[in-house]
Amino acid sequence: MIRALPVALSSLLLLAPALSPSDFYVNVATQILIAAIFALSLNLLVGYGGLISLGHAAYLGVSAYLTIWLVTRAGVGHLPAAAAAVVLTTAMSVLFGVLALRATGLGFLMITLALGQILWGLAYRWVSVTGGDNGLSGFDRPRPFGIDLASPRAFYLTTAAVFACAFVLMAVLVRSTFGAGLQGVRDQPRRMQALGWHVWMVRLVAFVAAGFWGAVAGVLYAYYNQFVSPHVLALTSSAEALLMVIAGGAGTLLGPVVGAVVVVMLKNVVSAYVTRWVLLLGLVFVAIVAFMPEGLVPGFDRLRRRRRRRTAGDA
Amino acid sequence: MSRRTLVLALLFAAPYAALAAGAKEPIRVGFLTVSSGALAAGGRQMGEGLNLYLKEHGDKLAGRPIEVITLDTAGQPATTRTRTQEAVERYKVHVIIGPLAAFEALAINDYVKQAKVPVISPSAAAEDLTQRSPNPWFVRAVGSSAQPNQPFGEYAAKTLGYKRIATIGDDFAFGHETTAGFQRTFEDAGGKIVQKQWAPLNVADYGSYVAGIKPDVDAVYASFAGANGLRFLRQYAEYGLKVPVLGNMTTVDEGILKNMGDEALGVVSCGWYSAAIDTPANRKFVEAFRAAYGADPGYYSAGAYTAALFLDLALQKVHGKVEDKDAFMKALRSLNVADSFRGPMRIDDHGNPVLIVYIRKVERKDGRLQNTVLQTYPAVTQFWKYEPKAFLAQPVYSRDYPKASNVEP
Amino acid sequence: MRFWVIQSLNGLALGGLLFLLSSGFSLIFGLMRVANLSHGAYFMLGAYVGLSVLNAGYGFWTAVAAGAVAIGILGGVIERVLLRRLAGRTFSQVLVTLGIAFIIADSSLLLWSGDPMPLPVPRSLTGAVPVLGVFFPKYRLAVVGISIVTAAALWALLERTRLGAMIRAGVDDMEMARALGIPVPRLFTAVFCLGAALAGMGGVLGGPILSVYPGLDMDMLPLALIVLILGGPGSLAGAFAGSFFIGFLYTFGQALFPQLAYVILFLPMVAALVLRPKGLFGARAA
Repeated sequence: MIRALPVALSSLLLLAPALSPSDFYVNVATQILIAAIFALSLNLLVGYGGLISLGHAAYLGVSAYLTIWLVTRAGVGHLPAAAAAVVLTTAMSVLFGVLALRATGLGFLMITLALGQILWGLAYRWVSVTGGDNGLSGFDRPRPFGIDLASPRAFYLTTAAVFACAFVLMAVLVRSTFGAGLQGVRDQPRRMQALGWHVWMVRLVAFVAAGFWGAVAGVLYAYYNQFVSPHVLALTSSAEALLMVIAGGAGTLLGPVVGAVVVVMLKNVVSAYVTRWVLLLGLVFVAIVAFMPEGLVPGFDRLRRRRRRRTAGDA
Repeated sequence: MSRRTLVLALLFAAPYAALAAGAKEPIRVGFLTVSSGALAAGGRQMGEGLNLYLKEHGDKLAGRPIEVITLDTAGQPATTRTRTQEAVERYKVHVIIGPLAAFEALAINDYVKQAKVPVISPSAAAEDLTQRSPNPWFVRAVGSSAQPNQPFGEYAAKTLGYKRIATIGDDFAFGHETTAGFQRTFEDAGGKIVQKQWAPLNVADYGSYVAGIKPDVDAVYASFAGANGLRFLRQYAEYGLKVPVLGNMTTVDEGILKNMGDEALGVVSCGWYSAAIDTPANRKFVEAFRAAYGADPGYYSAGAYTAALFLDLALQKVHGKVEDKDAFMKALRSLNVADSFRGPMRIDDHGNPVLIVYIRKVERKDGRLQNTVLQTYPAVTQFWKYEPKAFLAQPVYSRDYPKASNVEP
Repeated sequence: MRFWVIQSLNGLALGGLLFLLSSGFSLIFGLMRVANLSHGAYFMLGAYVGLSVLNAGYGFWTAVAAGAVAIGILGGVIERVLLRRLAGRTFSQVLVTLGIAFIIADSSLLLWSGDPMPLPVPRSLTGAVPVLGVFFPKYRLAVVGISIVTAAALWALLERTRLGAMIRAGVDDMEMARALGIPVPRLFTAVFCLGAALAGMGGVLGGPILSVYPGLDMDMLPLALIVLILGGPGSLAGAFAGSFFIGFLYTFGQALFPQLAYVILFLPMVAALVLRPKGLFGARAA
């Protein structure tokens, strides 16, 4: 009963936006969920693995490019194209992981950043395949099993289903023995090695898992925007995801989701009322650090616990 | 009067009353611009052009008040799409003016077709928007990227008598398309492009490119946008190069010309506008613009002002009934502007204006730099002298087309 | 011959500029272990401050000093108010320094209109002079000179002064420095001020070459990171060598392999990091 309640509540919360009468808000909710999957994937690396990446847009971007390219240029069907995009991008993450995990700390950050910048340059420069800065367009959403994904609500529900799967599977992963090992490697790499863990392999698996879910987010991104251009691979795109993770609370499951809500809402809803929304975003980040340096989700947890303790003390 | 006649009278009167009320309903214009990030200067200038036109007309066009909803795309395609959806789905706009960058316009091209919302583009110049992937809901207020550059190539060969030219430009679609248009007609007229250099958009320093320019060319054709024209010309002068510089419209655009110095003097460029056009209509426009914003109008301001003009003229044709989208779009796509601050314009079958191309030269007058008009080419289409069908059968202008067959190692 | 001479000079000039950009970044990271992701924004803001001082009618060197002082003070305040409490909290440091970068970038748009603006070359340094048979801009040679003087001054500061000795001790072993009674908090503020001031000064000095425009901050930040990782954090000699190495790599790479211009810095960097994850010149890289 106690466990069923949050599940029911969160399912309701997840389904609620589909009831909104405004297509606009349905679409904003879709974007939040895509950003949340992307941030969750990065969180595996940053929050649980302790490895700060500034190149995670590589997986979102390459997967989006592959999906649209395969469908519009190579004439592949939607399902095989999406599957191939995820598989190929995950394969790329194996390669990138092997390269990046030569280092940790700042070295790791720089290798991921450099790999991301190389892909960005490639997207700009390899015009015959990527369309250069004009990008790839002319990509329509399919109608699988008679469901018209061009409808914002149908697309939202599909995204919500993928999000639910991603969230649950990533939750299972971080709570598994592997997840415990990953966090152990983050906090005490030497000790974990002594305990017989293969530190490098644990990190690589986390890297590839992050790449895989980043690719899944990329497929959704491609179908949502029906367009892809080099901007998706830009450093700012990677930085934005990192900021979502940290603002919400790295190393927590809900943190990246909350971070995605904050950033996407500021960017897409608040910006209609506040011209200097970038300034506001910066102030929000600074305020988070000033008042809840561990991130929003752990920060609110702390506040709630303290209040509960105080109420208990009063009684 | 019996109750029955009363009901009947009301029944008949109701639609007229609604119509009368409807005519006073504001026309909602979604203005997609850039207010944050690297392209914000262009976005601000677009806003100034649009606002000036509306202010001059008392915020009323074709008898109906105009309500402008300004939306910041941040210069990012994904955000542009969201903003467009917001304009259409949340604010129910009747027409969109924007967005700024070509890649933004391309990012929303499919959505616009699907949502059937009229778009007047005040700046996006990508060739294929009105060529190989045309959109019936799209009209451009500015020239396509190559449109002014095609006559310019011929001008460089025939009037200026240049034989050998080196090109350098931003390594992105706008740079490629403008350079390609210039190259094609310049080489058709017997000239040779002997060197082509492309600098990444985010290049830290043009030093190595400037130093690499072949010393034995007659001129250098520079194709830059945004801050890069300013940075390039600065560094070009710094190295003491004396070879004359030709430019596309944005290299010496009025928007950045005001921050340039002697390095810009003498640059000959092409465009569909110059603040120095010496006609009464343009003098009036420039004076009003200077009075309002203290600067000369350039690419973005003139583009947005023209977009508002197109909106106005099309609205007049349909008597303000913008709700009849098909009629409005038809009016927009068949506009024939007898005269304007840019001279006569007419929309071709693809939604692109046929316009005057101005060949300009940077000179100092009354203490400020201006693009003095050297020559005008009337009624220039986006296809120049080429047959449209044959033109469209060829690949879109790019880095690799037309082929750089005269480039020397 | 002409090609090699002029491109070498270009490489030198860019290297000098990069040193002004990244020496402060490296110093801060070396001592405090803070990757100051607002460093590019400090550089840009310095250029804007310099521009305003110039527009107010003051001379170029006054503008350089003003840029350094203004950004130095800003850095000190930020260190005191925000960064001080975040020692060892990498995540919070990333969030707050990027947040500050956003704030600076957007405020600059508000204050300086977003139009790209060049800073004028000081009159005594305009024009080109012959060097080994080619004409080269005087101002760029001056930038190389200034960067060498700056490097020498920093070296003297680190090696010859009490403050420098304390900084070196801190870089080597923070706990030991603390145990020896070095006032670490004050030292941190001083170093952050110094690093920020160097960025502000670099921004003004870079202005005549780069101009100042929105986006300059994010164009510069990756370059500072590259120099840091190649040179090794906290090592002045490393930052110096790294800057000129990158200056040459960038210049010759673009000239010789124009097709690779977009990736010319990052491709060799990945190779270098994969082969030598601890940096090319530094021994203490993280």
